Amino acid sequence: MTRMFAIIERELRKFFRSPTLMMVAMVFPLVQLIVLGNAFGGKIRDARMGLVDQDHGPQAVRVKEAFDAVAANIRTFKPVYYDNDKQAMEDVRNGKLDGAVIIPPQFSRRVYQQENPQLGLIVDNSDQFMSSTLEAKMSELTQALNQPVVEQRVVNQVALQIVELYPYIEYMKYLLPGSIALSMFVSVMIGGGMLYIDDKARGVHEGYLVTPITKLELIFGLNIAGALKAILAGIAISFAGSLLAGVGTAFHPITILQLLLLITATSLAFNGMMFLLMVRVEDPLVPRAMFGILNTLLFFPSGSIYPINAFPRWLQAIAWVDPFSYAVHGFKAVLLKQASTTAIIPDLLYLYTFGIVMLLVAVPLFKRTL
Amino acid sequence: MKPLFSKKGIESPHEKNVAIAVDHIVKRYGDFTAVDDISFEVRDGEIFGLLGPNGAGKSTLIRMMTTLMPISAGKAYIAGFDVDTQSDEARRCIGVIPQALTSDIDLTVGENLSIYAKLYGVPTEQRRKSIAELLEAVDLTKWRDAQTKTLSGGMRRRLEIARGLVHNPKIFFLDEPTTGLDPVSRVAVWEMLNKLKEQRHLTMLITTHYMDEADRLCDRIAIVDHGKLVALDTPLALKQSVPGSNVIEVQIQSPPPGWEDELRRLPDVTDVHSESAGAYRVLSSNGSKTTTALVEAAVRAGLEIRSLSVQNTTLDDVFVHYTGRQLRDEAVKAYGFVMPPRPGMQS
Repeated sequence: MTRMFAIIERELRKFFRSPTLMMVAMVFPLVQLIVLGNAFGGKIRDARMGLVDQDHGPQAVRVKEAFDAVAANIRTFKPVYYDNDKQAMEDVRNGKLDGAVIIPPQFSRRVYQQENPQLGLIVDNSDQFMSSTLEAKMSELTQALNQPVVEQRVVNQVALQIVELYPYIEYMKYLLPGSIALSMFVSVMIGGGMLYIDDKARGVHEGYLVTPITKLELIFGLNIAGALKAILAGIAISFAGSLLAGVGTAFHPITILQLLLLITATSLAFNGMMFLLMVRVEDPLVPRAMFGILNTLLFFPSGSIYPINAFPRWLQAIAWVDPFSYAVHGFKAVLLKQASTTAIIPDLLYLYTFGIVMLLVAVPLFKRTL
Repeated sequence: MKPLFSKKGIESPHEKNVAIAVDHIVKRYGDFTAVDDISFEVRDGEIFGLLGPNGAGKSTLIRMMTTLMPISAGKAYIAGFDVDTQSDEARRCIGVIPQALTSDIDLTVGENLSIYAKLYGVPTEQRRKSIAELLEAVDLTKWRDAQTKTLSGGMRRRLEIARGLVHNPKIFFLDEPTTGLDPVSRVAVWEMLNKLKEQRHLTMLITTHYMDEADRLCDRIAIVDHGKLVALDTPLALKQSVPGSNVIEVQIQSPPPGWEDELRRLPDVTDVHSESAGAYRVLSSNGSKTTTALVEAAVRAGLEIRSLSVQNTTLDDVFVHYTGRQLRDEAVKAYGFVMPPRPGMQS
């Protein structure tokens, strides 16, 4: 045991002496949380919407008033008036406008005669997010224009009443669970991947192998040290990220305990996986080259930035085995939903089992000689 | 060549005064044989040198003896323990200094020693005492709390030596301990190793490709070339085994054909090696007599002597004698080193 603790002591002393590793492990996920949280979390504001009035009737005036109301209140778009529909369409193509609405001739007459009145919406669908927002806002606006002036006394249409279980969750909060898992992954990738192989290449392991340390003492020493480093990164990001994203529940004692359980399980799973991947690697370039691939392959399918249900089946299969998915699911349950410990037991079980299986596979592959 | 050992190999590895016994040891990588049927014994308290160019198999040999590499065939015994079947017992008896500097640069000198003492399972009290003694021995006491990255190359090498001795081993392996050090640091390391050997009654096995290091440090030297042991004896005996006690290095401006034969006919000449155009290495049993005759012969032939030096036989001559080439040429080849042409010089 003394020998195993010597390995742990060496790894942790190096970790604390070299704050760069700690900073990189934490700064990268925090930057991602801040940038992505703000970039994707917002709603579209002040889009330029062309308005071509070829009718000039009272109903066209109602449409213009509705446009002005949107521009003055929710500010999804602001109208830019055009006389020529062709010019408006050209400006949508050129990117001068984000969309254009055409009020065709005879629009008012068709409204009064209930003769299938139509408004034309031209959108730049190369930008799906912008075009779907404009479509949604114009649908709302059209629906409002269709409302009868006098409401029917008996409502015979089906209405949906939505009950939201939780207060509104901004996108930054939604990203926080993924950022915690990512910080632990980066810590394991640097500490358990890059530095581990660098030590091998520098001959540090050769120094260990000439001592009477056993194979298991060496493996457990390296893995426990790696897991402890990832735990420290996970704890730091959980609290720093919660403060940044405004997740106050992270500081509740029960939540803290649940977080610690999840952080420990996640670090074990990530560390076991990394040890297995690196157990026979000798070239220091390999972990560096693998970093981007592993990050994309494990982080993005995990549901941390987009729901897993929206993925194609093959990507869902990756998410199903990806320890990131279970970590993110667990962190979401604890931080965003204040779920009970029972809710995270399947995640904990998967993560612990995954970590142990990875280590069991890695042990016979680890060589006690050069 | 003097027979090195019995053809039957080492019959008594547990013999009291034998610290290291290597018996027909072989290391193969596929079809390539890195170490080819080498046998030798190192006696207790001896400094034993493995001398050879880069790639000769010295490091492979030391790695097999220190349990770092599996042995393809043959046996190696450390303090009587078979490194193959009793590797843990063997590891407890040895200290190893690898070729590279592997101490943690982020840790302090004291922490590096402490961690290795723990890896060897040295009890706390003994650890403190041993570290203090070793720091004193390698003259690093005042650097105990300094981060290793702040030390010079020579100081780091001394730290590595202290690290290898932190568990008080009886047998010490050093793989090219002075490579990369400046001449002053090299001499300091040699003196320190001699002092440690006396103080701690150590048996040392050193690999090196420096002739002067082997000559000055080692009680006995084994010359290794292409994975084979080509000679083994004391430095003095090895030098005496080379015909001729003096070496005359001479460079002649445009020597005529057959000049090498002319040199061979000079008095007391035992051998002549042509090194490059006009450069000869003449082995002689009477340096002054041969030199006088050589100068007279050159004057008679109307040749210009560009340089001339007379020296005693060195281990380099021993290496040339046993392998047919110079060790320094092998070092150049191993590093793929080519002298750049001087500016303005035509190729």
